[in-house]
Amino acid sequence: MPHEARGLQARQDASRTGEPGGGLAVAFWATLKRDLVLLLRRRSEVLNPLVFFALVITLFPIGISPDPELLATIAPGLLWVAALLAALLSLDSLFRGDYDDGSLEQLLLTPQPLPLLVLAKVAVHWLLTGLPLALMAPVLGILLSLPVGSYGVLALSLALGSASLSLVGAIGAALTVGLSRGGVLLSLLVLPLYIPVLIFGAGAVQAAILGDGASAHLAILGALLALALMLAPWAIAAALRISING
Amino acid sequence: MWSFIHKLGSPRWFYAISARLMPWFWVAAALLIAVGSVWGLAFAPADYQQGNSFRIIYVHVPAAFLAQSVFVGMAVAGLVFMVWKIKVADMAAAMMAPLGAAMTFIALFSGAVWGVPTWGTWWMWDARLTSMLILLFLYLGVIALRGAFASRDSGSRAASVLAMVGVINIPIIKYSVDWWYTLHQPASFSVTSRPTMPLEMWAPLLIMVLGFYCFFIAVTLMRTRSEILRRESNKRWVRDLAVEGR
Repeated sequence: MPHEARGLQARQDASRTGEPGGGLAVAFWATLKRDLVLLLRRRSEVLNPLVFFALVITLFPIGISPDPELLATIAPGLLWVAALLAALLSLDSLFRGDYDDGSLEQLLLTPQPLPLLVLAKVAVHWLLTGLPLALMAPVLGILLSLPVGSYGVLALSLALGSASLSLVGAIGAALTVGLSRGGVLLSLLVLPLYIPVLIFGAGAVQAAILGDGASAHLAILGALLALALMLAPWAIAAALRISING
Repeated sequence: MWSFIHKLGSPRWFYAISARLMPWFWVAAALLIAVGSVWGLAFAPADYQQGNSFRIIYVHVPAAFLAQSVFVGMAVAGLVFMVWKIKVADMAAAMMAPLGAAMTFIALFSGAVWGVPTWGTWWMWDARLTSMLILLFLYLGVIALRGAFASRDSGSRAASVLAMVGVINIPIIKYSVDWWYTLHQPASFSVTSRPTMPLEMWAPLLIMVLGFYCFFIAVTLMRTRSEILRRESNKRWVRDLAVEGR
């Protein structure tokens, strides 16, 4: 088969010369850049979770009590739960656009390993959802009269934790992307898996308020992130293949 | 050994072999549960602190055991299905999920009833209660995801992936919830350490646990057999069977 042989030869040549058009790093950066550009062109999609976060936080003092002392005691949990829900809200669109216009299929057909490319997509989701949420949380913390001295830990724990949330959530998003009404199902699948991150994230802020030092909690958040980074890309890739072939 | 497993993987052979195994498990389940419940409910001594209310343990602990092992069993069946494409494994996984959810609910409900005389309340946000509740949500997620797909094969594979993701997460959830808050009495029953209760209380519990496992195996075999007939209803051997039965 001369055609195949030629293709193989070309591939070998390419790998010998460092494969300028299709190396792992090139593919990773290309996917990252493409998704960043796409998302930055649709700013409202980036802003919506942030507005949602602010809105939910506004509802709590109205629903519970405007008493600063009471709010301060529940603020860590409220901020974390609201940020978690905001991150969840944006998950459905993670693969939806690519699925609808067919570019997800192209992603599956590329010779580069799918888990790596998926990791780039998740990284973009974290950069434009998790990180802004983490940066915005201290401002909302002021509204809830969160005690001084825990703002840094709040932002750091959210930045670390939301990366795990994006990774784990992407598994659910990949599983439900082929379903026309996957939104509610997605939250049903993903929320139970979010609980460990919530426990240690809110725990870190609590510990910082009590003056216990949050480093243990932050270390566990980092460990959860390491585990998710190691395993989740494979699960996401497998889930995408199921959703596309089904 | 391997040829036996391969035969077991074929629906027809599984159907034939399980026909011979199933009655034994039914008999064992009926005997063990009958002996265990009569012994546990009527003859075992009352607890010196909790009185007769402790007898709920003879339903609560076996159900909780089963709730956790069924999830692991489901994930293993999912792995077997994904790796070796053995359809029977998927049928078994599909049949296990509702049973596991039911067992989780029984464990939660009997725990709530037990909580009234011992803790004075139906529900406590105690670590083990909470992780059991999360387990119930994980079961519901797997069942819902399987049902959401129009194509059965995609649903099967998606549910398998979710079961495997869940089984990795269960220990993480369990330990993080333990860290979070605990009130529950320490495990009263473990295979590896010496029992903390007298033999007269402990033996019926062991019998009940074994009885519940036999019951679970028998029900899974029975439901898998009918699922085989349903999915393979257009195969010749099933039609022959139907003709013979008529």
